Amino acid sequence: MDAKAVPLFECSGINKSFSGTQVLFDVGFAIKAGEFLGVIGENGSGKSTTMNIIGGILRPDSGEMRLNGDAYVPTQPNDAMEAGIGFIHQELNIFGNMSVADNMMIGRYPRRWEKLPFINHRAKRLATAEALKRVGLDVSPDAPCWSLAPGERQLLEIAKVVSQNPRMIIFDEPTTSLTEPECRRLFEVIADLQAQGIGIVYISHVLSDVQRLSDRIVVLRDGHAVKSTATRDLTRDGIVEAMVGRPVSQLYPDVPPLGERRPVIEVQGLTQPRVLKDVSFSIAAGEVLGVAGLMGSGRSELARILFGLDPHDGTGTISYEGAPFDPSPRDCVSKRMAFLTEDRRHEGLLLTQSLTTNLELVHLSGAGSGAHVPVDRKQQVSNAEDVAHRLRIKARDLVRLPAKSLSGGNQQKVVLGKWLVDAPRLFILDEPTRGIDVGAKEEIYRVIAELAGQGLAVMLISSELEELAGLSHRIMVMSRGMNVGVFERQDGGFDRAAIMARATAADVEAA
Amino acid sequence: MKTLTQRLSNPRLLDLVPVVLMLLVAVFFSAATDSFATWANVKNILLQSSHLAILALGASLVLLVAGVDLSVGATMYVAAALIGVFMPGAPVLIWLLAGCGIGLVLGAINAFFVVRVRVAAFIVTLSMLFLLRGVGLWISDTKMVFAAPHLLEMSRASFLGIPVPILLAGLSLVFVHLLLSGTPFGRSVYAIGDDPEGARRAGIPVERVTFMLFVLCGGFAGLSGVVLMSQIAAASSTFGQEKEFMAIAAAVLGGTSLFGGRGNAFGPVFGAILMQTVQNGLVLMDTDPYLYPLITGAVIFIVVLIDTLRNQLSERLGRSPIRVEA
Repeated sequence: MDAKAVPLFECSGINKSFSGTQVLFDVGFAIKAGEFLGVIGENGSGKSTTMNIIGGILRPDSGEMRLNGDAYVPTQPNDAMEAGIGFIHQELNIFGNMSVADNMMIGRYPRRWEKLPFINHRAKRLATAEALKRVGLDVSPDAPCWSLAPGERQLLEIAKVVSQNPRMIIFDEPTTSLTEPECRRLFEVIADLQAQGIGIVYISHVLSDVQRLSDRIVVLRDGHAVKSTATRDLTRDGIVEAMVGRPVSQLYPDVPPLGERRPVIEVQGLTQPRVLKDVSFSIAAGEVLGVAGLMGSGRSELARILFGLDPHDGTGTISYEGAPFDPSPRDCVSKRMAFLTEDRRHEGLLLTQSLTTNLELVHLSGAGSGAHVPVDRKQQVSNAEDVAHRLRIKARDLVRLPAKSLSGGNQQKVVLGKWLVDAPRLFILDEPTRGIDVGAKEEIYRVIAELAGQGLAVMLISSELEELAGLSHRIMVMSRGMNVGVFERQDGGFDRAAIMARATAADVEAA
Repeated sequence: MKTLTQRLSNPRLLDLVPVVLMLLVAVFFSAATDSFATWANVKNILLQSSHLAILALGASLVLLVAGVDLSVGATMYVAAALIGVFMPGAPVLIWLLAGCGIGLVLGAINAFFVVRVRVAAFIVTLSMLFLLRGVGLWISDTKMVFAAPHLLEMSRASFLGIPVPILLAGLSLVFVHLLLSGTPFGRSVYAIGDDPEGARRAGIPVERVTFMLFVLCGGFAGLSGVVLMSQIAAASSTFGQEKEFMAIAAAVLGGTSLFGGRGNAFGPVFGAILMQTVQNGLVLMDTDPYLYPLITGAVIFIVVLIDTLRNQLSERLGRSPIRVEA
């Protein structure tokens, strides 16, 4: 980038309070034309508030913003777009019941006659086709938007912003609902926009993306911009440390020592046609068994079969606490097995219900230690308070607030918590930290280690090898439905390269 | 190449159900009676369904933003009674304009409470239903209000070879169609119906548009009241009763979704004609009149069921997978 004297956009001294609580303190940063600025921070660090101020959705209490050196004072979202600042929200603004062209042009339809409010449909289609071409999205302007894949919707939203000739685009968590190929395509489009001199402000929890793509990184913590540095001068640990506010080495708790080995669950030659092939392993009380493997390696499927969520009609045996066991979800709950699903929103949580109701769900099924009939409301609330306290769930009201009002990290703690009410013996965790920020991750890690320390057997499935290595006693690697190797913790760590090699090797062999 | 299941799960396929229903009904009654499949009877069906078509066009405007107006039947009554009592001798054109005007004002009252005061549309318009019925009885002194002879002539007259009630329904259809498909206002209706918050973020004046829709709905109800009055010659205390449900049923039958965001101008008109066709066929077959509400009820149930299924389908299609990090 040529170092021009005037940055494309700069803000300084931005303060903002909501009903007396200050959430932004003197925030400021600058971005040059064509620059990729990564903005990271934990939930509640002020990223969204800052971006909403730049996008004209909120107004700052004080502070100054400049666009190409001129004062920039937006009072509504349209002001931002007119000034040349586009905003791609995390929740896309796509109307599924309307056509691509309607979504593209809504709010700025070309008119057939200047004086009359009638749409020129031909001009609308032409302008849409033109805009779609700029981002390389190959769909018909007349296609209904419900038929578009998430990645296509994202590109449509980008095309809409790009067609209004922006000078800077803010992306808020653009990859959360995209598949890998869709992400790659998004990154290509962004690189192309950069080449056209458009400044990119990119907010994401996916640190690896931000590190790889950005020129500079701004880290927000508790409403302060604590770091603004060229990406090449930052290490991953340094970023995380800036986000959390303490050294990263403390992210993972100490792995509790294992005593005498007493298996809680033993699986022998478990086979399910087209899903699992001859999988054997055991987990002892107090042990954390990490399960590594690529997508489609069978890790989640194994967990679902163990908990009776998917059918097992192949061969192989499961024995639980020394007795043969044919799993069904109700049996599993009554035998004090717990399962944390990877799909929190759809399967794990009643989003509109209160935390107390959510926390009581497993207990209420009556399969556990037996619920009171009629339901003992006081007991419920005290159970909920107890679990909330243990997990440090941050919620103002356990009885009345719906679960969806919580941040992702706290939601996940509620899902964890509902199983803890009945003191489980085996806990299967499928991607327990997906989509939550580093601070909440740390607390969930702490809970996992504590539970294991109390003698609980834990099966931990994760895509993040680092997380497995930080928490597990042993790591089982899965590939193509098979157990392709078990690694023991040695000298306080694992040979991650070997695990990675094993997870991918069978794939190569089979191909 | 799409698989069969993919094709079947296309929510648009369910749009064909009313068409198939119409064909079945037409074939059945043509076979069962001699007089059904005659030009005179078709014209008769169209004449009888015009007031409902006008009413359903208005109702569908409100349904498109996931609202509801239960007061349209009562609005018909008040419009007919007011004009019939205070200015029965007015020229036909004044009757029509006054009917619209009264409806627009009553619609604005609904709109004020729904949009400005933010009371649920169901509650506001249900209250208006009872309130306006009371107003109608008060104005008419609980007596039947008769239509002047020149109004009756209108219902039998033709303009350019088209019977006036059908012409009025046709003009209403053209108006709503142009509004919905040809104007930025109309397109924003669909956006609001799909996602009101998203529409607001896209810079659409959600409140203003919703307000206008309730006003228009009232206007169509007033017009519909005058048309019906001219056809049945009088407005008794039950004038327009239950028409609100017939109108909503006709709209939904024509593909308008109760959940908002889906539907067009032709659907409600088609639905109104279909409902009238069923009634007409049953009359021609000399069936027990007690059967009518049963059949109408069954039709409404099927239609709402289809709407719900379609909504579930499109929700499933709209669900997005979660990204897997490598």
